[in-house]
Amino acid sequence: MIEVKKLVKRFGLKTVLRGIDFEVQPGEFVALLGPNGSGKTTFLRILASLSKPSLGVVNIAGYSLPKQSAAVRGLIGVVSHMSLLYNDLTAEENLRFYARMYGLQNAGLRITEVLEMIGLDLRRRDLVRTYSRGMQQRLTLGRAILHDPDVLLFDEPYTGLDQEASVMLDGILQTVAKNGQTVVMSSHNLSRTEGLATRFDILSQGKIAASSTRDELGKSNLLKFYNQALAG
Amino acid sequence: MKTKPRTLIALDILALILLGVSSYLALVFAPTEATMGQVQRIFYFHVATAWVGMLGFIAAGISGIIFLVTRNLKWDRVEVASVEISLVFFFITIVLGSIWARPIWNTWWTWDPRLTTATITELIYIAYFMLRQGIEDPDRRARFGAIYTLIGSVSVPITFMSIRLYRTIHPVVIGTQSAEAQGGFNMTSDMRFAFFFALISFTIIFVDLFWNRIRLGALADKVELLKLKVMQ
Amino acid sequence: MAEQSITSKPQSLKSSYWKAISAIVWKDLVAELRSRESISAMLVFSLLVILIFNFALELDIGTRRTVTAGVLWSTFAFAGTLGLNRSMAVEKERDCLDGLLLSPVDRSAIYFGKAISNLTFMLIMEVIVLPIYSVLYNINLFNPGLLLVILLGSIGYTAVGTLLASMAVQTRTRDLMLPILLFPVVLPILIAAVKASSGFLSGANINDIFPWLRLLIAYDVIFIALAFMVFDYVVEE
Repeated sequence: MIEVKKLVKRFGLKTVLRGIDFEVQPGEFVALLGPNGSGKTTFLRILASLSKPSLGVVNIAGYSLPKQSAAVRGLIGVVSHMSLLYNDLTAEENLRFYARMYGLQNAGLRITEVLEMIGLDLRRRDLVRTYSRGMQQRLTLGRAILHDPDVLLFDEPYTGLDQEASVMLDGILQTVAKNGQTVVMSSHNLSRTEGLATRFDILSQGKIAASSTRDELGKSNLLKFYNQALAG
Repeated sequence: MKTKPRTLIALDILALILLGVSSYLALVFAPTEATMGQVQRIFYFHVATAWVGMLGFIAAGISGIIFLVTRNLKWDRVEVASVEISLVFFFITIVLGSIWARPIWNTWWTWDPRLTTATITELIYIAYFMLRQGIEDPDRRARFGAIYTLIGSVSVPITFMSIRLYRTIHPVVIGTQSAEAQGGFNMTSDMRFAFFFALISFTIIFVDLFWNRIRLGALADKVELLKLKVMQ
Repeated sequence: MAEQSITSKPQSLKSSYWKAISAIVWKDLVAELRSRESISAMLVFSLLVILIFNFALELDIGTRRTVTAGVLWSTFAFAGTLGLNRSMAVEKERDCLDGLLLSPVDRSAIYFGKAISNLTFMLIMEVIVLPIYSVLYNINLFNPGLLLVILLGSIGYTAVGTLLASMAVQTRTRDLMLPILLFPVVLPILIAAVKASSGFLSGANINDIFPWLRLLIAYDVIFIALAFMVFDYVVEE
């Protein structure tokens, strides 16, 4: 589903990603772990077509970036630390706007379906600015899955969420994972991803330092694996 | 590290000599103009510096376009060099023009199309540098810089035309009776020699400064790169 | 190569160009009708500018005739930057610009969507300011020629303004940058619009006004085309 070869990203003279090889099979749920500044956000922005690779190959669902970005954009759903929502629109209007931007057919039905899924059906006519952080994050998620994308990219979706909202996000992510959608999620919070991901990749200083599936990891501690990867 | 190329050193020396000779030609060799007197001697450098300003202006626009097409930061350095040189030389032009205008037009400043356009160009250049200063990412800085020079190089000629639709009092140098009444004059062959000599000398001075400034930009980038290497 | 693998590739969504533009305009209008932040700020600001001009220039009957066009266009130019800045700040606030860029639409559709909503806000502001000015100074501004000039001038102003505002919002100084970037390049619009407006207001011969109208149209066409070509470079990384 996702195929990345020798990806290098430079900002001017500064190199942020130094040769990433990365592959994700359809239906995999990959947790991208690493400390702040390791390049997680940059990497996800490249996968999301928001940023162009300096060198290397990036293919998503058979389309290559950045040349076929337009095709890729219709197939991916993105959640970043920011909500990407308009405060002066209601939940429903936000979704309707994005449905139009994605050229969705039967947008009305799909919007209701998504609002029910994220549990905001009753507050669909309320302005987003009146929402709590947790509700906003749920709507952000709803925005990302609105067009039923094949690939979901999450950049630190737990940032700023309280305990209750985090649990709710867990639930939604589990549903997404069960649906067979391909997910790449970055986080620096190991315990959150432990129960969700099928594979753990550790990014350190712009490179994939280690990768392990949940089966390979077995009973051993994810934290130990993470620390070992960063150390060496 | 590379030392300064021989050709460039030779060009430096040549530029200095030409500056000396054209100063001599303008200040001593050329005959004193009958009606305007000594102050007319400013004219040789006034036109020559304006010419260099124009060269820089054109070079900036062209290198901006080339940067946007090639995305090679080398062209960004060329663009910055052009803008800097043009900024300085238009400034000299405006100051020389004011000194000349004081006795001839009896005012330091007139809202003449050429003078006004040169001043607006200076303001665009200042905005250009302020814009660049506000951007950290070198690639974005270069892109925005190139876009702004492009906008400037399209708007400045239109500005000139629109100001010219107002009445002009700038002398049309060689020619008509009415031009003469406004401070135009006929050049003797000695004057013409000094004039064209200054024009050619300043073109070479422009090339010399341009080359030095581009080289300086490249060296600054190299220093930056080495600094980054040491820090990592 | 592409043909071989096309069957295995999932079908991708693609919104039509016009649909994307109208979606952005709809979104901006709905939000603005609700909050009224942008237009009311522009309006109050323009009334304040007129008030300042009133005392700065002593707009007595004699001067009024000659400076009305100048006062109007200065007002529009200053107030316009508020709207442009606000419009792009909204996109930057929650990284909504990224949301737009993630959509499967052409980048220039985003530009045109924003430019059209900016133009709409500007025209609404102008349409409200005109009668107020008429009443305050007892001058009839309902002149079809003047309205045409206002339309043409506003198109050029927002065409460049939208492009520069989307650049300014991505700099450290943000909204501070916009007027500094915008005014020196939008000057031809202001010169031509002031000249054409005062031409129409003083009932000048159409042949004298025509060069200015032509200049306005040329500026509009050139800068819309230029923005269309370079907008990709403003938003991409």
